[in-house]
Amino acid sequence: MAMFILRRVGVMILTALCLTFIVFFLTNLYPNLEKLAKTQGDFRMSDEEVASYLGRNGYLQPMAVKYGQWLGVVPGFVILDRDGVTRGQCIEPGTAPEDAPRFCGILQGDWGYSTVFREDVGKILGDKLALTGRLMFWVMVLMVPSALILGILAGMREGSRTDRTLSTFAITTTATPEYVSGVLFIAVFASTAVGLKWFKGTATAAMDNPTFENFFLPVLTIALYGMGYIARMTRASMAEVMTAQYIRTARLKGVSFPNVVMKHALRNALIAPFTVIMLQFPWLLNGVVIVETLFNYKGFGWTLVQAAGNNDIELLLGVSVISVVVVLVTQLISDIGYVFLNPRISVR
Amino acid sequence: MEPLSWSEIALRMLGLFLPVWIALIVTFALSITFKRRLGLYGKLFDSPIGMVGFAMVMFWVFTGIFGGAFDMILTHDVLSQSATMKNKGPGTPFTQMMGTPDPGAYPYYLLGGDNLGRDVFSRMIAGAWEVIKIAPFASMFSFMVGITLGLPAGYYGGRLDTLLSFMANLILAFPVILLFYLLVTPEIVQTGIPVYMAAVLFLFPIIFLLLLWNSRYHTQPSRRNVYVGVTLVIGLWLYSGIAWDADPLGLVSFPPNLLVVFVAVVFVNSPTVFRIVRGLTMDIKTRDYVAAAQTRGERPWYIMLWEILPNARGPLLVDFCLRIGYTTILLGTLGFFGLGLSPESPDWGSTINDGRKLLTMYLHPALPPAFALLSLVLGLNLLADGLREESLRD
Repeated sequence: MAMFILRRVGVMILTALCLTFIVFFLTNLYPNLEKLAKTQGDFRMSDEEVASYLGRNGYLQPMAVKYGQWLGVVPGFVILDRDGVTRGQCIEPGTAPEDAPRFCGILQGDWGYSTVFREDVGKILGDKLALTGRLMFWVMVLMVPSALILGILAGMREGSRTDRTLSTFAITTTATPEYVSGVLFIAVFASTAVGLKWFKGTATAAMDNPTFENFFLPVLTIALYGMGYIARMTRASMAEVMTAQYIRTARLKGVSFPNVVMKHALRNALIAPFTVIMLQFPWLLNGVVIVETLFNYKGFGWTLVQAAGNNDIELLLGVSVISVVVVLVTQLISDIGYVFLNPRISVR
Repeated sequence: MEPLSWSEIALRMLGLFLPVWIALIVTFALSITFKRRLGLYGKLFDSPIGMVGFAMVMFWVFTGIFGGAFDMILTHDVLSQSATMKNKGPGTPFTQMMGTPDPGAYPYYLLGGDNLGRDVFSRMIAGAWEVIKIAPFASMFSFMVGITLGLPAGYYGGRLDTLLSFMANLILAFPVILLFYLLVTPEIVQTGIPVYMAAVLFLFPIIFLLLLWNSRYHTQPSRRNVYVGVTLVIGLWLYSGIAWDADPLGLVSFPPNLLVVFVAVVFVNSPTVFRIVRGLTMDIKTRDYVAAAQTRGERPWYIMLWEILPNARGPLLVDFCLRIGYTTILLGTLGFFGLGLSPESPDWGSTINDGRKLLTMYLHPALPPAFALLSLVLGLNLLADGLREESLRD
């Protein structure tokens, strides 16, 4: 088991390195750097001015060196500028070049500086993750129990009318992307044209003061898309368990149907959905980006759009590192959890 | 003129869709008559869910073809704006700021006008064509890539499998939207990376077909040479036109921004297909008929393409339907974030994005494309469900 986890962690770190390098490579291509120089300096910069700006800020070094510096395994660049001032990646304004540390990458906890928000990337990410974490927490609270109940009710008696109805509902939710369901919810529950006005159409206020009124629609929108998929997996797994021999034996012994479902079937039926719930995270991340844009909730997903749209290189890299790590860690947990949960693999 | 009532709008829309209804009825009548001779496709008509799904999908396919390719259902030009029609509700008579409208023009905006005074109904119809002409082909290309790489990975296993699976997991660990934002920006297009990716990805269909013919007919060289030759000539001709925009005859070309969208969607979808094909191959290669073929001395690619692949067709077909639906959702996502497609494009994602900004006041610009997308994807999901049930039955 320890060997298995160790190997998975090794692969995970390798994957994370590859992925961050890809993002690093794509964001540091010359046209992107040129755009960055022009937005930071002046839109009418000539090509030479752009090149000198980039050179002064260390963008024109070889890609591998830049990646190493960003990661913190290669010493930060130090350049003697034309005006006689020594500039470097690790030299904060106001400190002497001699006092600055040699390495300053994400391994040292230095995430860089966002050019759009004019703030430290580490701080921005912390704030935004807290906001998105709150959103995700409520999504999970809503999504997981309702999906499991839905799936168990449908899978309990396969082919019954309840099963048909619930399965159709589950298919409909998987077929409705967040930008469609979100728009429909806003139209029905928040617009003046329909007049219900039960909820707010934006969640901007929920950043400081989340209430049921301004926070329910975004949560519901994300939860609904994932719910259908989990419910269908639960249904399939439940239906399979219900046809198993030991369930029939229990029924023949005279155990009541609710008892069979609760005591015998449920625990075995919940192994598969656990994996599925963990693997939903990459999808939820997409949902978060769409919903935060749609409801103007300035969390992690909204930051991704801002960073990517404005080519804010260091912020975008930070965002990618976090999302990639989240995805990989959930995959790891799902693998390990599967081994722990499955009675056929670990015999107690 | 008075605005139309809701029942009049519904009647007029039913009338405009007349060619679609006729095509649907003909398709269903023919299919149900000959359903015993049509294999799995015919069996679909035994399942009510499958039939409903098929009808919903074909409705949008016919709408897209008649509306987009033959210009039949559209009532107004999708790009022409009328200042007096801005945000006007459904059924408003068509007027123009200056002069009287062309007497031949359709007298109403059936589903109202959007924030620029364009006809919502026509844009929804044109949006169907945008989806129909990209989604199935993008899914097909993803399948070609996924199959060509997944079969050997599952069949040989070992180092090759480890390497390919690692690469697939790499792409799958990316949040899709981040990948889109990295690939589908004008700056990246400027560097030519999407073209190189297209050059690699579009080679796979040719490789796939060559392997297919060669493994089957290598004992009959004359026949093999004909098939391989025809595939090479047509394939490379299309390849040079589509991927490199360098068709020697100047007939085939692909709009550059559409190419980027296409490549991004194929790139995102192929790893999933790869994983499915790999899993199925690993399962099927333990069967007796594969062992029999190995004993006969068949070559690996023959076994993969002519023994394993046909036996994996059921799950693959089901996934193909789901994948078209997912591709439709991805295209909508791209449009929603304003990536890739031109800002005036009538595709559903872009129109939903335009409409959502005024959603609390005007519902009509955002809702028709939203319902259209929902019904198409739902149809594809139901169709996949029907196919799954029917293919499990035999």
